[in-house]
Amino acid sequence: MLIKDSDDIKSSEITDEKNYWNRRNFIRGGVLAATTTATGLLYRGLNPPNREVKKLDPVELSAKQGYFTAEGEAANDFADITNYNNFYEFTTTKEGVARRAKNFVTRPWTVEVGGLVHKPKTFDLDEILKLAPLEDRVYRFRCVEAWSMVIPWMGFPLAELLKQVEPMSDARYVKFFTLYDPDRMPNQKTDVLTWPYIEGLRLDEAQHPLTLLATGLYGKMLLPQNGAPLRLVVPWKYGFKSIKSIVKILLVRDEPISAWTDAAPDEYGFYSNVNPKVSHPRWTQATERRIGEFGLRDTLMFNGYGDQVASLYSGMDLKANF
Amino acid sequence: MDIKFAKFAVFTNAAVPFSLILWDAFHHRLGTNPQEFVLRTTGTLTLVFLLLTLAVTPLRKLLGLPWMVQFRRMLGLYAFFYGCLHLLSYTWFDKWFNLRAIAEDTLKRPFIFLGVLAFVLMIPLAVTSTNKMVKRLGGQRWNRLHKLAYLAPIAGVLHYYLLVKADTRLPLAFAAALVVLLAYRVLNKFFPAFTQRKPKRAAA
Repeated sequence: MLIKDSDDIKSSEITDEKNYWNRRNFIRGGVLAATTTATGLLYRGLNPPNREVKKLDPVELSAKQGYFTAEGEAANDFADITNYNNFYEFTTTKEGVARRAKNFVTRPWTVEVGGLVHKPKTFDLDEILKLAPLEDRVYRFRCVEAWSMVIPWMGFPLAELLKQVEPMSDARYVKFFTLYDPDRMPNQKTDVLTWPYIEGLRLDEAQHPLTLLATGLYGKMLLPQNGAPLRLVVPWKYGFKSIKSIVKILLVRDEPISAWTDAAPDEYGFYSNVNPKVSHPRWTQATERRIGEFGLRDTLMFNGYGDQVASLYSGMDLKANF
Repeated sequence: MDIKFAKFAVFTNAAVPFSLILWDAFHHRLGTNPQEFVLRTTGTLTLVFLLLTLAVTPLRKLLGLPWMVQFRRMLGLYAFFYGCLHLLSYTWFDKWFNLRAIAEDTLKRPFIFLGVLAFVLMIPLAVTSTNKMVKRLGGQRWNRLHKLAYLAPIAGVLHYYLLVKADTRLPLAFAAALVVLLAYRVLNKFFPAFTQRKPKRAAA
């Protein structure tokens, strides 16, 4: 390296000390601002954006005043229900489903109902919507991950649909299938679960008046992240039993293997009734966090629907049949 | 190299996620399940800083930049700091300071046990991180104790892996990074010619 002789530099060209420090501090400030901004953006980029779905408009908000459970619990915010979803067909991050599912097209849509039935039939969605009067049902929804919400569903009892196809006498279980279409449900290209998502109920569970075929919530059509256009709601079971975006329903003789049972048989049983006394191997089910509340609530047996459903399981060991 | 300023810049940057969590909490922008978000994010940050701490030595040797060692203690202490926040979130939001329930959880569930273990392993490292403690222990003993810095992230990554329901991609990514960082130590022991570069002459 050529080192210039100091004679080459005129004393007038030497930066005076004050300017030298000013310049130095200016650069330092710049470096600090640039790096912290970059770190901040990295943090923001790695954390899912908040709130894809905004609040309900005032008209819809006023309708909300009427949504309470029979026990007087107020429904969760529309934004909470539509921005926090387990729907692995789109992504495994709950906060990211709303954005990933935004452009999911649900028309046209048909549901094939068959198996051990006298009148198998493929229903168009519009037919299903006219099958029975749509009613509002405000249910507690308890996720196996120990959080819960109160959701004002809209739909009709699944029993109404089953009546249409006339189950045969040897049909004992109902098996449900979510749509399998990796182009429309991009996370189906991964193998985080076995696709299509499958769920099952015992026939008497499926015919229970609480078991709902939901087509909407908050009085309007379901959004994709909530399982549009048609999903199951079984309020006394953990949320993953309430299968979304159903395309096929079969009546079968043998107990179906659900997607989560298939993934981890020792963690997710066929029944998966909400039960504070049977803990998940990795966390307790005795308490839950109601979304919107800071503390924890005690989880209720059958999610508080014991009066209506406990008789379905009389004489059964619910620890063994978890 | 203006090491004092560089350290200040690293310190400030490492505090950015914490500041943003506080900022978002203040503005109610932590999402639908804020408690879960804080718990999850502080856990991830703990792992990130444990790995950054482990990355200092390989980077320093590969790039021949000896002054980088000056960041190591700070990054390690940040890992401990985020680890404390993570443990506090669990103790508060998930257990409501019910120490009995925490003890039961720790003994019954391997993933909680590993998390607690990772945290406990970090305590002696944080306590003996001061210059005074290095002197008091003596370099050799201090070095031997601080080999725990390899065990804590192993327990931490396992803790993360065992916790997820089905999508193990992110924990596996952390595991891969950890394997690379640990493999460097092994390689460095046997083939230092490939894993080190002579430091450049210090710039005037």
